[in-house]
Amino acid sequence: MADDTAKPAPPKRPEFERTLPPLGAVGDVARPLSGFERLINLTSTRRILIVLVLAAAWQAYGAWLSNPLIFPPFASVIDALWDSIARRGLLWRAWASIAVLAKGYLIGVVLALAITALAVSTRVGSDLLSTLTAMFNPLPAIALLPIALLWFGLGETSLVFVLVHSVLWPLALNTHAGFTAVTDTLRMAGRNYGLSGIRYVALILIPAAFPSILAGLKIAWAFAWRTLIAAELVFGVSSRSGGLGWFIFENRNELNIPEVFAGLVMVILIGLAMEGVVFRAIEARTVRRWGMQR
Amino acid sequence: MAEPLLNVAGVTLQYKTPEHLVTATYRVDFQVFPSDRFVLLGPSGCGKSSLLKSVGGFLKPVEGEIRLSGSEVERPGPDRMMVFQEFDQLPPWKTVKENVMFPLTASGKLGRREAEERARAYIAKVGLERFADVHPHMLSGGMKQRVAIARALAMEPAILLMDEPFAALDALTRRKMQEELLYLWEEARFTVLFVTHSIEEAIIVGSRILVMSPHPGRVKAELDADAFDHRAVGGEAFQRLQTRIHNMLFADRVESHG
Repeated sequence: MADDTAKPAPPKRPEFERTLPPLGAVGDVARPLSGFERLINLTSTRRILIVLVLAAAWQAYGAWLSNPLIFPPFASVIDALWDSIARRGLLWRAWASIAVLAKGYLIGVVLALAITALAVSTRVGSDLLSTLTAMFNPLPAIALLPIALLWFGLGETSLVFVLVHSVLWPLALNTHAGFTAVTDTLRMAGRNYGLSGIRYVALILIPAAFPSILAGLKIAWAFAWRTLIAAELVFGVSSRSGGLGWFIFENRNELNIPEVFAGLVMVILIGLAMEGVVFRAIEARTVRRWGMQR
Repeated sequence: MAEPLLNVAGVTLQYKTPEHLVTATYRVDFQVFPSDRFVLLGPSGCGKSSLLKSVGGFLKPVEGEIRLSGSEVERPGPDRMMVFQEFDQLPPWKTVKENVMFPLTASGKLGRREAEERARAYIAKVGLERFADVHPHMLSGGMKQRVAIARALAMEPAILLMDEPFAALDALTRRKMQEELLYLWEEARFTVLFVTHSIEEAIIVGSRILVMSPHPGRVKAELDADAFDHRAVGGEAFQRLQTRIHNMLFADRVESHG
């Protein structure tokens, strides 16, 4: 044919077949990483490095500014922190805050689970949840404090009330989103086992939605912690043993600026511990182990 | 002839989309007998998956009835274990062993200890002993489907329902899984209702093939395929049956286009 030359064709080659010899000379398939590589792979190592760099920058700027009333250097804040813990009962103050927080948080979690269980089982419940979260989630919890004070007076009940509000809506929203995202296949598998009602929710829906629930718990914790500190800036839990917010407020009034910063550092440290220790441990045991989150 | 294990009589299935009421199958009849490998074969839209779901108790017929061992199917239950196409049918928070145990304990069929023993036995049957304590996300697609099959078989259900269980696997794994399923059947002689859209798979896996036409699904033919397995692929009789089914399905398409 004339245009055979114009059309490219693959060259003809001989076929072959091999018997593969056993491996042996290739060497190690997996090589252990060096100590430094392993250390740098630890998230905690990298994060601590970042914190150290930030602290150094703070110290340098504070020293250069040399105006401890506006911005005390890192070293004097650490001094004040140590001093507050040793002599002024800062840990005790922190504990007072955490105790109130735990109460509000627990009540909020239980209510959120109840309202989402209602929302997944009935259509009215689902509409109710959507409407309520749309109304209350954007409302800052602290804005309810004046009303809480009016209803419950100057005390712990008012704080718990605003805490519940700050926990309930974001958690309910996340949990509900998690429930609705459970795939049909998994739902059918669960019903195939003959599960229904509360056992179906507990054995299928909650674990399947756990990544969203955990995200909701984290957001709720952060909301609650902020709300609490802000509320304590307005008044102490009780006149004698105010929480961390009250500690900050008192010291600002007395112009103990390093102590104000020490109070803030304490707030941050507790936040870091919750995030980096408590929630990370829960994640490692659950969603990471299950491959539901990287 | 023995009593049918599963009797599907005049079943019409409908489901609602936001705009339409869709008829998935129209007055479908078929009977499955004990130890059948009964295949529902047809193009997409013939309602074969809907039919399987209604046998599973997930979809109620608007007309006709489905009876399993004489009693009407009304809700999902562990006497009809399902194997789905999707890999996420295994709860990711349970290890392979816990996954196989889950229906046994959740349905109250066995206590923990017996369930664990039986789970081990069935995991060994599908060749996954080494992975018993691993979570599903560490497994390949074929291994996940093996776990799903072990989970279903461990329940020793009256009938095993398989909804295109190998469709998401690569061709080589699919072939291997078909062989393994036949091997397991050879051993235990369970009854299985198997949905597929692959003619070849239907002939290899099935002992009996129900050919369905689409829109809405109706029974076109019921054929015998007991003689064929992997060794028959490419043989003359195999090809003849394949062509025959192909023509049945293809004729439909020509008609509906014409």
